[in-house]
Amino acid sequence: MANAHNEHAEGSHGSVKSYAIGFVLSVILTLIPFGLVMYPTLPKDMTVLIVVAFAVIQIVVHLYYFLHLDRSPEQRENVSAFLFTGLVIALLVGLSLWIMFSIHTSMMAK
Amino acid sequence: MTVFGFWLYLMTDCILFASIFAAYAVLSGNFAGGPSGHDIFELPYVLAETALLLFSSITFGFAMLQMYKGNKNGVLAWLAVTFLLGLGFIVMEVNEFHLLISEGFGPQRSGFLSGFFALVGTHGLHVTGGLIWMAVMMYQIQKKGITGSAKTRMGCLSLFWHFLDVVWICVFTVVYLLGVL
Repeated sequence: MANAHNEHAEGSHGSVKSYAIGFVLSVILTLIPFGLVMYPTLPKDMTVLIVVAFAVIQIVVHLYYFLHLDRSPEQRENVSAFLFTGLVIALLVGLSLWIMFSIHTSMMAK
Repeated sequence: MTVFGFWLYLMTDCILFASIFAAYAVLSGNFAGGPSGHDIFELPYVLAETALLLFSSITFGFAMLQMYKGNKNGVLAWLAVTFLLGLGFIVMEVNEFHLLISEGFGPQRSGFLSGFFALVGTHGLHVTGGLIWMAVMMYQIQKKGITGSAKTRMGCLSLFWHFLDVVWICVFTVVYLLGVL
């Protein structure tokens, strides 16, 4: 199991262990936000913040453990394509929402 | 190279989903006197859907590991398990849509519901596409074994399947959890 070839394969393909770690982390990162919303214990703003933060962390966990994005040279192109897409999405979603909510506010003021 | 090309397609798919998310975010407060997310979403039901999709992610991972080992029956068995979990997710989603529509809460009821059906429906269609692809892969591997092209295609399908799980994280967070809050 521990020969050089498998060591290399583990980087790009994952192993039972890495999939299991990703799975357990995802279960925890899913159950906590569902629990907080189903059984409200914290103030609403706080809950929103935690729910969104856990989603972001879970996305990173999935990208690393399931989609195998990492800092290895063979993943460099995938990672840069992903980061560029992230930028496009931030502009697309951020600016759309900004425009639409500004319109909404201006219409309300009239 | 093929897998990188497929990754670029997935990135454009990301942008498609981002646009629909933006549309949903804009429309999510427009209830037009209809129900809000708090009225119609059943979180335990959504948690079960999430569990099916998350389990299917790890079982697909196991199928990939069996493929690298060259174990044809292992690949087929794990793919079959993944297929059933994915099918369970789609059945639950269709059932949810059917219930909403039969109560009169279809996409034409309000801007919020239009956005909801467009977003969750697009994800559901992607998962359905993934299931068809998976069925074809099972047939191909059954007939021809784990060939080079089968490995490439499985690599792409793996990215597709895990990517849909990532999109689902955004869906259950933005639509269901924040919708119920």
